[in-house]
Amino acid sequence: MNPRPLSLLSGGLSALLALLLVSALWDTPVHEGVSASVAGAMGHTGVAHPVTAVLLDFRAYDTLLEMAVVLLAVLATWSLGRCDTLPARPVQGPVMRGGLRHLIPLAVLTGGYLIWAGGAGSGGAFQGGAVLAASGVMWVLAWPRRPDLPAPLGLRVGVTLGVAVFLAIGVAGLPLGPGFMGYPPGWSYGLILTVETAAACSIALSLVLLFLGGRPWRDAEDG
Amino acid sequence: MAESLHAWPFFGSGVLLFVLGLHALVTRPHLLIKVLAFNVMGSGTFMVLLSAAARGSGEPDPVPQALVITGIVVAVSATAVALALMLRLYPILGGAGLPPGPPED
Repeated sequence: MNPRPLSLLSGGLSALLALLLVSALWDTPVHEGVSASVAGAMGHTGVAHPVTAVLLDFRAYDTLLEMAVVLLAVLATWSLGRCDTLPARPVQGPVMRGGLRHLIPLAVLTGGYLIWAGGAGSGGAFQGGAVLAASGVMWVLAWPRRPDLPAPLGLRVGVTLGVAVFLAIGVAGLPLGPGFMGYPPGWSYGLILTVETAAACSIALSLVLLFLGGRPWRDAEDG
Repeated sequence: MAESLHAWPFFGSGVLLFVLGLHALVTRPHLLIKVLAFNVMGSGTFMVLLSAAARGSGEPDPVPQALVITGIVVAVSATAVALALMLRLYPILGGAGLPPGPPED
């Protein structure tokens, strides 16, 4: 089929789908969802923010699998081959490097604050990890030809740390009483903060490695 | 319906993003545009889910918010894998666009 009729056909069908979706949303009844259940269960968890409570306590299983997805993405990218040097044309001049010397400590501080703030307000492991990852990506762009990354073993430990800590705490719930992925009463806040810190470090490292788009070491260095 | 009309600008924009992304995904042969189109579709979905969470009276429902942040992280990971695959296809296809017509073999 020629590009133009195909484009018209796709446009027409997309418009039809938009109408269908809007009418489906129009007919969806308004309901309160599960806000009330979450609000009622907030007394059983150590954190004050409902979204963090859902992510790290009530539906911790989801978050564990989500971190496993990030880990899988890193492994898939590594299995595709070695990364190229990024970028092809590095940024010239002292401004970016000089600026990053001041910005990266600030980004680490902001990321750390976001992880801690997740306990009581907006923030959390993913937001903090994303800020840390952004500074990592800038760092890779500013010093592209300096292979300062840790050894392969260090990188592997780093990207699995979040899943490993989360899973260890989750499994520890089995003999201790609260069950798989449960926290013993009173320990909730500390354990959630531990999981979030480990998760944020793993997510930040994983995102920087995903940005590289391949294994950052040669085949000879590690089989 | 009257009490929930404040969600409709977001529902409308979300649906619009979804179908715009779908249209680009189907019609554009360039793989980078396909990956971006898929992300635009995902953003539309997240927007609809978040506005649905804020539809009732009172505080927005925290569970859809948690689902959306999970979805964003999964979408970012999937995008990274898709882009890495695209980079590997680049030397094979001689570009990042899919060749027109069915594959010949």
